[in-house]
Amino acid sequence: MARRSAPEVNAGSMADIAFLLLIFFLVTTTIETDSGISRRLPEWQDEKQDPPDIKQRNIFEVLVNSNNQLLVEDEEMALKDLRKAAVEFLDNGGGTGDEACDFCQGAGADNSSVNPKKAVISLVNNRGTEYGTYIAVQNELVAAYNELRDREALRMFGTTFTQMEANYNDPKYNGDKDALEEKISVIKNMIPQILSEAEPMTSS
Amino acid sequence: MSKFKKKKSGDLPAINTASLPDIVFMLLFFFMVATVMRENTLMIENRLPFADQVEKLDKKDLIMYIYAGKPSKRYQKTYGSEARIQLNDKFASVSEIQQFIYSERESKREELIPYLTTALKVDRETNMGLVSDIKQELRKAEALKINYTTVKGAANQNIK
Repeated sequence: MARRSAPEVNAGSMADIAFLLLIFFLVTTTIETDSGISRRLPEWQDEKQDPPDIKQRNIFEVLVNSNNQLLVEDEEMALKDLRKAAVEFLDNGGGTGDEACDFCQGAGADNSSVNPKKAVISLVNNRGTEYGTYIAVQNELVAAYNELRDREALRMFGTTFTQMEANYNDPKYNGDKDALEEKISVIKNMIPQILSEAEPMTSS
Repeated sequence: MSKFKKKKSGDLPAINTASLPDIVFMLLFFFMVATVMRENTLMIENRLPFADQVEKLDKKDLIMYIYAGKPSKRYQKTYGSEARIQLNDKFASVSEIQQFIYSERESKREELIPYLTTALKVDRETNMGLVSDIKQELRKAEALKINYTTVKGAANQNIK
């Protein structure tokens, strides 16, 4: 018997099948990764604790009411001014002796913070506040911290703090990560992010 | 100059499509690898707020999602227009959050549990009352790492 060669498979419809699959995956794909503001909640405490003793000058009070208006240090303020006010407060450096801040460039006013290490930003919002406003305020406060940290990192290490963190979190970064971590923690130590959030008020 | 005269061949030659499947397969494999299937169908309006001081959330398998917002048009007849919480595929009350966190934890490998993050995907018009209720429940469940998921944009866009 003569050897018959196997008949060639018709591959003309292969493209159609592949297209079908392709379109399916195109439709179901969500490539973008989420991003947002990361926070750490304080641990749950059953019994009421006495608030720690903090001097009034070291507290930067931000109140948001149910009409989404800001009251910063007992004065009404627009959102666009909040970042600058927060930076001014943190960077005031009015301390002397042990509390002196050797890198602050602020005015050193008597009624503002002594040292970024001591400075606390207290954010109180109302139950009726819109979430968008709350995030905007959070964003501005984080921006204020980042602005200061960037400035100090640039002065001490020649790169910005945000760049250092981005490098640290980048798996493809091939520099010395341990040194980077050290630098980051130095900056974080100098300007810790102390953001206290009270439980929201119920009325007005 | 007959050298440059075109030969009269009649029809255009057909384009060779033999490599088309290869190209399509290449694309197909790309999308197959890059795909993450949508896990939840949203039953609420979810327009996230804007922020620009953001951190990326990698490792999607280590994130628990809590959605909140007004029920979308389709569900407003049955559920009203008051902002609600959505866990997985259904509406939930505040008291169900703890249970949700525990069951999510149980489904993860033990060594990964400390890295679990809760992503709050909350509509920007929701009142803070609901959000802080969620936060209280998360504190009780000891899910302390949270992330307010936002869209990239200037913060003042949040305020109209």
